[in-house]
Amino acid sequence: MIGRLVPVIVFVLLGVLLAFGLRIADHKTEIPSPLIGKPMPPFELPVLGQPDRVLTNEDLIGEPFLVNVWASWCPTCRVEHPYITELARSGAVRVIGFNYKDELSDAQAWLRRFGDPYELTLQDYSGRYAIDLGVYAAPESFLVDADGTIIFKQIGAVTPEVIENEILPRIGK
Amino acid sequence: MKQLTRLALLAATLLLCGALAAQTETPKVFDSEEQEARFKDLTMELRCVVCQNQNLADSDAPLAQQLRGEIYDMLQDGKSNEEITGFMVSRYGDFVLYKPPVQANTLVLWAFPITMLLIGAIVVAFSVRNRSRKLAAAQKKGSA
Repeated sequence: MIGRLVPVIVFVLLGVLLAFGLRIADHKTEIPSPLIGKPMPPFELPVLGQPDRVLTNEDLIGEPFLVNVWASWCPTCRVEHPYITELARSGAVRVIGFNYKDELSDAQAWLRRFGDPYELTLQDYSGRYAIDLGVYAAPESFLVDADGTIIFKQIGAVTPEVIENEILPRIGK
Repeated sequence: MKQLTRLALLAATLLLCGALAAQTETPKVFDSEEQEARFKDLTMELRCVVCQNQNLADSDAPLAQQLRGEIYDMLQDGKSNEEITGFMVSRYGDFVLYKPPVQANTLVLWAFPITMLLIGAIVVAFSVRNRSRKLAAAQKKGSA
């Protein structure tokens, strides 16, 4: 009796495993950030196009903000840019640009072409601070609360769904 | 003659490409063989987060090159292996470790192969016993 049930049990277990695999397949290249719930790592970065204006964490903390990591060489950044723009225009949250490993002239041309919705854009030319943030691709976006704690990370494009379901609820909007 | 010139030009271009590609990462000079061995071990055990099925040692991704540089700098600063893997884990999570630590959320990962082996052993033991019993019974019948 038990012997006959064994194949059925094995089949069901394999089915569960497959279902689980399919569920995570869409997200399997996303690495959950260990920085969620931790303060944004200390930085000292110039504002894009203003090399003398160097900002640190204290200059940003106070109100929640979204750090949007982008680069002119990043095709998906163009896809999300209209939604980032819309979010910034809505005034629901401050949107800070984070220009990642980009040439200044390319970055500025990109902003001229697609529009500059950012309150300001930090420039990480070497990509060294991006390592502290655990950035491994662009676009990525970090939601930081009023205390300077990272509360959410979006890997890949910010979409209307992500804004609606992940970003706005976390800042009480 | 024209063809020869073209061929020479092609060869020169290819050579130049090779030289440029080789130039992207400066060879690392280590203080000791022991330090070099540690660098190799660390980059073999750490995953490249961009091309996720490669380790840091094998990957040509720019981020992997940069992270190799960070690891090299930390070794030069006299950091321990634990401090260096800690640096990586605090940024990218346990995911970067090809040898993740045994802890609550990795228990399934570590216990699974052993559990499967045990289940297999039990199944084999049962079927062997069953078969030998049947064989013994058949022999009894045959001799009777």
